[in-house]
Amino acid sequence: MQPTVQIKGIREGLLVIVGDGDWEDVRGSLLDELDHQAGFLKGARVALDVGNHALKAVDLGALRDALSEREVSLWAVLSSSSTTERTAQALGLATRLSKPRLEHESRPLDTSVQSGEKAVLVRRTLRSGFSLQFAGHVVVIGDVNPGAEVIASGDVLVWGRLRGMVHAGAEGNEDAIVCALDLIPTQLRIAGQIAITPQRRGKSQPEMARLKDGNVVAEAWNPKK
Amino acid sequence: MTGKVVTVTSGKGGVGKTTATANLGAALASGGDKVVCVDADIGLRNLDVVLGLENRIVYDLVDVVEGRCRLRQALIRDKRLPELFLIPAAQTRDKSAVSPSDMVRLCDELRHEFDWILIDSPAGIERGFRNAIAPADVVMVVTNPEVSAVRDADRIIGLIEAEEKGPARLMINRIKPDMVRRGDMLSADDVLELLAVELIGLIPEDENVVMSTNRGVPVALNGKSRAGQAFRNVARRLRGEEVPFMEMSEDGNLFGRLARLFRPGGN
Repeated sequence: MQPTVQIKGIREGLLVIVGDGDWEDVRGSLLDELDHQAGFLKGARVALDVGNHALKAVDLGALRDALSEREVSLWAVLSSSSTTERTAQALGLATRLSKPRLEHESRPLDTSVQSGEKAVLVRRTLRSGFSLQFAGHVVVIGDVNPGAEVIASGDVLVWGRLRGMVHAGAEGNEDAIVCALDLIPTQLRIAGQIAITPQRRGKSQPEMARLKDGNVVAEAWNPKK
Repeated sequence: MTGKVVTVTSGKGGVGKTTATANLGAALASGGDKVVCVDADIGLRNLDVVLGLENRIVYDLVDVVEGRCRLRQALIRDKRLPELFLIPAAQTRDKSAVSPSDMVRLCDELRHEFDWILIDSPAGIERGFRNAIAPADVVMVVTNPEVSAVRDADRIIGLIEAEEKGPARLMINRIKPDMVRRGDMLSADDVLELLAVELIGLIPEDENVVMSTNRGVPVALNGKSRAGQAFRNVARRLRGEEVPFMEMSEDGNLFGRLARLFRPGGN
C-alpha cells in the first residue's frame, strides 16, 4: 500500500501531511503526488507535516532540493519528533505555523490559556461559574451564560448570546469593543467603565459595544455601514 | 448483571432531588427492574423518610464504607416493591466520611446485583456532590422553572461536563402550567434555551407529591397523580423507550400558545 499524502489549504498556504511508513516510500509518494499535481502546486509555499518521522539533515535537505526542483518552496516542517524539529531548525525552516492551527485553538474547559498569544478561540458555551481571563482578544463560539465571566485585555467577540459578565480592555484599553449576536450581559465593562444592559425592547440583534466620550454605548451591527 | 448508575443532582437545594430519586426508584422497580437507591446526603438524610423506610434503618452507607457491616446488611428492602432497595445515609456524620473512590467501589459492587443504582446527591458543589457523581453513568439534573435554580443547574452542568460524565439529562420539576401560560413562570423552552441539554422529564406541580412524601409512599405509585405519571414516563425514557412529553396545560394548548405569543417583553 502506498503511504498517504494529504494536501490541505491553510491560511499560510498549503499544508502537506504525510502518513507513516518507511521514509523512502513516503518521500516517493510525496514526490509522485507533487508531479501529479504539478500545475496546481507550482510556485506554492508549502508546510510539511511529517508526523513522527525522525529525519536527519540529509533526508530533509534532499527533500527540500527535490521540492525546489519542482518550484515548490518548503518553509516549515512540523513534526512530533524532536530530531526532525532540530534538523528543520538547523536548515532554517520553521517548525510551527505562525498562528496555531485551528484544532489547537479550541480549548477544553480546564486548559489555561497560554501567554504570548494575542487571541484565544473558545468553542463552547461558558456556563455559570466559569471564568475566562486572557491577556489579548477573546472569541467565543457559543453562549456566555449568566454567572460566567470573560475578562480580556483586548476585544471580546461572542458568536452566541452574551448574558454573563464581560470585561474588555481590562488593562485599561479604552478602544476595546465587545460584540455579540445577542448582547445582553449582566454587566459590561470596557476599561474602567461599567454598564448594565437596559431592558430590551424589540427583537434581539447583533450589537457592538464601545466607549464613546467615556460612556459605554451599544449599537446594532449594521452590515451596510 | 451490569447495572447503570444514575446520579440525581441539582446544585440548588429543595428542587426535588430526593423526591425524584424516590419516584424514579419506585417507577423502575414497579416495572420489574431491580433498583437500589443510595442516599449520598450524609448528615442530612431524608430519602429514607420519603420512601417510608426510616424505621427500618440499622446500618448505613458510612457503616458499609468503613467496614462495620457487609453491603447486604445495609440494604433495606421496600415493603411494597420487592425489587426496590435503599442504602440510607448516616445522619450523625458528614460528607467527609465518604470519598469519591469509596462511592465508585460501592457502586461497582452494586452493579452486579442491580439493574439501576440511583444516587441521591446532596445540594451544593462540594465534596458531597463530587461523591455522588464519581460513579455516575448518567447524571440527571433537576431544576425548577425559577431563575435561581436554573442558574445553579447551569453551574452544575458545567461541572459535570468538566468531569467528562457525558451530557447531563435535565428534569424540570414543579411546573405550574397556568403560571407559564400567564407568562409569570419560565417555560420549559425558556429553561432549555439557556441550559441546552437533553430533556428527560417535565414534572407538573402536584399536591399529591407533598401528601405522598408525608406518608412515605412515592407518588409514582399513585395511578391518578399527574406528577406520578410524569415520573413513570421519566423511568421509561431511562429504559430507552420513546415517550412523548406530557402536555402541561390541561385545557388544550392553543390558548396557551397564543398567550405566550402576546407575552410582554420576550425574555
